[in-house]
Amino acid sequence: MKQFIAFVKKEFHHIFRDKRTMFILLGMPVVQIIIFGFALTNEVKNSRVAILDPSKDAATTSLIAQIEASRYFEVDQYIHSTNEIETIFRKGKIKLAIIFPSHFREDLQHFNKAQVQLIADASDPNVANTLTSYASAIIMDYQNRITNDRKLPYTINTEMRMLYNPELKGAYNFVPGVMAMVLLLVCTMMTAITIVKEKEMGTMEIMLVSPMKPLKVVLAKAVPYLLLSSVNIASILLLSVFVLEVPINGSLTLLVAESLLFTLVSLALGLLISTKVDSQQTALFISLVGLLLPTVMLSGFMFPIENMPLPLQVVSNAVPAKWYYTIVRSVMIKGTGFQAVWKETLILAGMLFFFLGLAIKNFKIRLA
Amino acid sequence: MRTLKFLLQKEFRQIFRDPSILRLIFIMPVIQLIMLPFAADYEIKNIKLAVIDHDHSSYSRSLVTKITSSGYFILTDYTGSFNQAFEKIEQDKADLILEIPASFEKDLVKESESKIFMAVNAINGVKAGLGSSYLRSIIQEYNKEVRTEWIQFPRFNPETNIEVVYSNWFNSSMNYKVFMVPGILVLLLTMVGANLTAINIVKEKEIGTIEQINVTPVRKFHFILGKLIPFWVLGLLIFSIGLGIARLFYGIIPAGNILTIYLFAAVYLFAVLGLGLLISTYADNQQQAMLISFFLMMIFILLGGLYTSIDSMPGWAQAITKANPVSYFIEVIRMVVLKGSSLADIKYQLLTILGFAIVLNGWAVVNYHKRS
Repeated sequence: MKQFIAFVKKEFHHIFRDKRTMFILLGMPVVQIIIFGFALTNEVKNSRVAILDPSKDAATTSLIAQIEASRYFEVDQYIHSTNEIETIFRKGKIKLAIIFPSHFREDLQHFNKAQVQLIADASDPNVANTLTSYASAIIMDYQNRITNDRKLPYTINTEMRMLYNPELKGAYNFVPGVMAMVLLLVCTMMTAITIVKEKEMGTMEIMLVSPMKPLKVVLAKAVPYLLLSSVNIASILLLSVFVLEVPINGSLTLLVAESLLFTLVSLALGLLISTKVDSQQTALFISLVGLLLPTVMLSGFMFPIENMPLPLQVVSNAVPAKWYYTIVRSVMIKGTGFQAVWKETLILAGMLFFFLGLAIKNFKIRLA
Repeated sequence: MRTLKFLLQKEFRQIFRDPSILRLIFIMPVIQLIMLPFAADYEIKNIKLAVIDHDHSSYSRSLVTKITSSGYFILTDYTGSFNQAFEKIEQDKADLILEIPASFEKDLVKESESKIFMAVNAINGVKAGLGSSYLRSIIQEYNKEVRTEWIQFPRFNPETNIEVVYSNWFNSSMNYKVFMVPGILVLLLTMVGANLTAINIVKEKEIGTIEQINVTPVRKFHFILGKLIPFWVLGLLIFSIGLGIARLFYGIIPAGNILTIYLFAAVYLFAVLGLGLLISTYADNQQQAMLISFFLMMIFILLGGLYTSIDSMPGWAQAITKANPVSYFIEVIRMVVLKGSSLADIKYQLLTILGFAIVLNGWAVVNYHKRS
């Protein structure tokens, strides 16, 4: 045990010696959670629209004012013919064109019927869909108002409640996701790199000839990162509660325990990678290029997993971040207890033993 | 010129000497490009619905049938108590609860008005908003049917009616993959490019071979150029493979001129590689270089406009995206591939990226000291 502590101390010296690395390690999660917590939202707002309004009457003016007033739209320019639409779409800023007929108000008054045409730049189908539905909702609203809210017979009224996130804040969804991403990548990358570095520099040899068991040598490398990660978990949670105002509705102890479990899984994954590769560059490639995008895309925080084709849903089960994300969402935001997340916890624990077992099996005492 | 030739020879040899990393450089982007676009689908379907029916009338049943036959909803639970349905939400087995009160049919027929309750899991705000608005429009549709059952509307419609007609341009089939694949390709290219150069010089520092270069008469400018060109060639190769995959697997054929894309990619790669080199000149060891590049990559990727729209970000975040080369390339590749934008349409982005390339590489040259 004394030996082990000495080795852990040595690792700490490594980390503390390199002030810059330590600064980045502790500062990065803070900066990221703030940037992403505030900047990321799936909502579509402030989209620029172009308007073609040849009738320029009271009805179109007030309808346009209505559109301008909504937070979804920003009237960017008025165009004079439909031929311009293609050109402005090509330039890329305008997302929607709203086209009124030449006698909008007269049509509406005399025939009780008028047409509005919406042309969306559907190169982003999601934005296009959302914008057309927002715009038509505004138009419908306007229509209801000019018919003086006449009450129709046989009406079904719907009453709605938004659970957990009544203001529909993006941070509720993104904070758990960014937490998973930061913890996973930092831990995996750092453990993989430090071990491979010793291999590359040749100092691994020196440690392996020491009387300490080789496995302990490697484990000693993971301990400081576990501690650093605990600091990161604490700062992320503090920031999300006090700066981003995302509440912790469930048990804090459970949340921290689960986060530590996830950290251990990431460290084990890092160990596993380190047993497989010989150069820092390869380790970096696998842990950064190989993990970053799959974690973002398959953990469920960007794209709902149930929409994916079946093979990909199966693959997503192998992404540790998916399980952790589900746990954080349940414990932190829904406020559920352990009985709601025991299955995910078990899977993470299973992954931990799997990675660790595989790493031990692959671990070579003798270098080439 | 001759010095550059020798430097290039050295760099290429170094790259080809390690086939394992070379394989990774090519295989990893290819696998991800083939696999990940299938995950990227914002279209909201398969919304899990729990229905609490206190009424059990023919109306409540026909409403539920109408909802489930719409294709957007999967009925996962049909219970009599709110608590039971709420538990389903807690377990993620339901996204939406629809509660039909006991006197639903009676109220509708006798009082001419009745109520329905909805509760939505709103952690993912977009999913909640869209899901509930689908459900609402189905209920409204159903409402209309009920109304026509009971009242005969006069032939001439006295209600004022504004008709809204939509059309979707450039991607009328609303295919998400056409939109995601080019963007993902840009991300992969950026990560591979920046990471390769970020640890390159620092590796020489760490191993000590940089001293050997420093004592030769090789000029700083030549040294940096010698590092850039091999990776630039590799980058363009990966980019071409990516475009090939986009065509073979997803049938994406750029609407615009492919040379426009290549021109932009060529300049862009210089910018990204320059960024890597700059990181490399600042870092003391590979670990540091990696952490810095990880930090920047995460910001570049999440604020690049691929996953969430830049227009929706707050002002300061939009300002950050102005300094994010990824956001320019994603914008440009989408414009050219989907809308067929021409060189004239993207000249602003092209000049900006050119500016990035010059500044980043110039900075790297200045910051690379031959004396330590």
